[in-house]
Amino acid sequence: MLPEAVHQHHPPALAHHFDDLEQQREAATLGMWTFLVTEMLFFGGLFTVYMVYRSWYPDAFAAASHELIIWAGTTNTAVLITSSLTMAMAVYAAQTGNRRLLITLLIVTISLGCVFLGIKAFEYYSEWVEHHVPGLNYDFEPAYFRNAQIFFSLYFLMTGLHALHMIIGIGIMLFMLWWAVRGIITPEYHNPIEIAGLYWHFVDIVWIFLFPLLYLIGRHTHV
Amino acid sequence: MSDHIVQPRVYYIIFAILMVCTGLTVSVAYLDLGPMNTVVALAIAAFKAVLVVLFFMHMKYSARLTWAVIASGLFWLLILFTIMGDYLTRAWQPFGSV
Repeated sequence: MLPEAVHQHHPPALAHHFDDLEQQREAATLGMWTFLVTEMLFFGGLFTVYMVYRSWYPDAFAAASHELIIWAGTTNTAVLITSSLTMAMAVYAAQTGNRRLLITLLIVTISLGCVFLGIKAFEYYSEWVEHHVPGLNYDFEPAYFRNAQIFFSLYFLMTGLHALHMIIGIGIMLFMLWWAVRGIITPEYHNPIEIAGLYWHFVDIVWIFLFPLLYLIGRHTHV
Repeated sequence: MSDHIVQPRVYYIIFAILMVCTGLTVSVAYLDLGPMNTVVALAIAAFKAVLVVLFFMHMKYSARLTWAVIASGLFWLLILFTIMGDYLTRAWQPFGSV
């Protein structure tokens, strides 16, 4: 077959090096999951550090955890889960070719991401005011003074890296929004939304584990 | 394996379960269950994560190769946790020390 004939027969969304759209979609999904697996192990290392230090200093961790703002953490969990729902629905809208719904859902998802970061910023501010920032502005009850710093260091490291992922996620979603508005996203070429969604949900999962391990461990002991 | 369109109804149900689980994990944290507090919290978190991966991330409808990649990642994570979990068996300092 002549190259011109090949061109006439493949759908515009299909890249040349794939046999068909299905293969292209599977390759994209596989590639994203490969990246997410490296992310999983990256955060896994931090969770391991947490596990080791908490096993050494359980009481200091419980006392320090109790200082975090529970309602803020709980609200943020709900916000992220809701944003995961709107993200999943955005994939549905892309698959069914409902561009108006897709644009709306992407805007809602981005907004919820911003709400999350806003609440997180409020928490960081409160922790600064309460002298819970190791090395810069720190004070704590004498019994746990030294080892509570380890908890707060891990808290800022883990939530900070998570927040960085949220910021990157919002950037990706803005990019997707631009593509949706320009009409690049079609039912046959909805991969970008699907792939961006995988990243968004992954960041949600990291928070699902961070929330109980950081906010909830001292609730029943320190009233 | 053709492209699978998950119906919104499925997403709504998963969302409702995730929200209930969030309320549950916060409530349980206020009960004193001893060491079981952490176990229950992690069990609920793992359950939520599985729901997100299977339905929101469409793993349930993914190709086998994708399953293999995810499983291998979890396997390496398990190795990491198991090796470092050795710390939990040692109690170099008495538990409860500050």
